[in-house]
Amino acid sequence: MESLTEAVKIVPLNHYILLSAIIFSIGVAGVLIRRNAIVVFMSVELMLNAVNLLLTAFSVYSNDPNGQVFVFFIMALAAAEIAIGLAIIVMIHRNTNSIDVDILNRLKW
Amino acid sequence: MFYNYMSTFYFIAFLSILFSLLVIFAKNPVHSVLYLIITFFTFTIHYIILNAQFLAIVNFIVYMGAILVLFLFVMMMLNLNNDTEPSKSMLVKVAGIIGGGCLLATLVAATKGLAASQPVMLTNPDLGSVKNLGKILFNEFLLPFEVSSILLLSAMVGAVLLATKDGNPKSTKPTV
Repeated sequence: MESLTEAVKIVPLNHYILLSAIIFSIGVAGVLIRRNAIVVFMSVELMLNAVNLLLTAFSVYSNDPNGQVFVFFIMALAAAEIAIGLAIIVMIHRNTNSIDVDILNRLKW
Repeated sequence: MFYNYMSTFYFIAFLSILFSLLVIFAKNPVHSVLYLIITFFTFTIHYIILNAQFLAIVNFIVYMGAILVLFLFVMMMLNLNNDTEPSKSMLVKVAGIIGGGCLLATLVAATKGLAASQPVMLTNPDLGSVKNLGKILFNEFLLPFEVSSILLLSAMVGAVLLATKDGNPKSTKPTV
């Protein structure tokens, strides 16, 4: 464990910011290009995880454990969000027999 | 020696980017979920590299264990096949990729505007340990911690309410 944490001492903070920015942008592109509601949902998860990683990197960078507590709260919130979101997707599937998000553009069935 | 450790981060970062690209470009949604599991595993390795042990374990259990099983379960219940998935028109796809690329370019340019960054130094090795985070969580953050339990309870009630068939609200028996 001690030898593995040596790695972090020479990675610049900018590279963590760039990694999180790339993964966040991949999530945004996934929301824009996919029509499957579940894949859209997974792209949102990617975005949340990118933010989590950046918060942890900043927390280690500034030696402040509060950032990691925030990540813990984000994870609890993500679990709640997944439960509600998947229930809504199941309900949409029951009503429209599809999980295509473009069918829902009139917001009625 | 340092160079090897440094390349660990870049190798894992490369894997994260590769598998998150595969998540959004895989045709089959089940493959997307499997790639997402690998992506979350690389995030767990990132947390271990940052010595955030508590977050690594929680990420491993909650994301890879609970959330992705939930995804796979819903996918199994809805019986999603490869051919049932519609795809957007090429124009919308190109526009979406350009939009994501523009966001990325903006973020990267904003990062370039920062001064040359310091390396991420782990000065306190106990920073992300369960003991340290638990003490903070139950002292300073006790009220948000309790409120999040109410959030989870309301999410559970809401999910049950949404997923059961509507109709007669008196009969709340699970109808399969």
